[in-house]
Amino acid sequence: MTKSDLILRLAERNPHLFQRDIERIVATILDEITAALARGDRVELRGFGAFSVKHRAARIGRNPRTGESVSVAKKVVPYFKTGKELRERLNAQS
Amino acid sequence: MTVTRSDLTEAVYQEVGLSRNESAQLVESVLREIVDTLAQGEAVKLSSFGTFSVVNKAQRIGRNPKTGEEVPILPRRVLVFRASHVLKDRINTTTPWSGD
Repeated sequence: MTKSDLILRLAERNPHLFQRDIERIVATILDEITAALARGDRVELRGFGAFSVKHRAARIGRNPRTGESVSVAKKVVPYFKTGKELRERLNAQS
Repeated sequence: MTVTRSDLTEAVYQEVGLSRNESAQLVESVLREIVDTLAQGEAVKLSSFGTFSVVNKAQRIGRNPKTGEEVPILPRRVLVFRASHVLKDRINTTTPWSGD
């Protein structure tokens, strides 16, 4: 399912709303999560999971093709941990 | 600070001009639609945010780290999130560093 599929499905279930409102709702939610992570905050959504950021120290990497050393700068990466409820649902029937 | 559903509801309320109640319901339906799709084993791709995919893991032998005992880890399905470049870039340019 892509973002546009998601918007279409939500539009079908909410015929009283304009599709552009649904688009704005989805965009607002994703922007809010992104902004929280950019501040270094955590986002906890029960039944889904938690978004957080992890810090990676600078390191010396290697170009796997040439074997040459390259320095990799420190960085912050987004991280998602699946919530307990969803983890259980993923394994419910199989 | 931790962001939760109520913060997302507040943002939708401010941004879209629906009532608080309806904003809360819509946040809930967006999340439910995503979670239900994943629970059925279907991937969810949200452009400029990231992709959630469901991966089947084979059985493997694990070990209880405390007792050293071998225990089988049964085949299972796990969710993997890959952040898009847009999200990674946005986080890297602004997130305060607290890793030292």
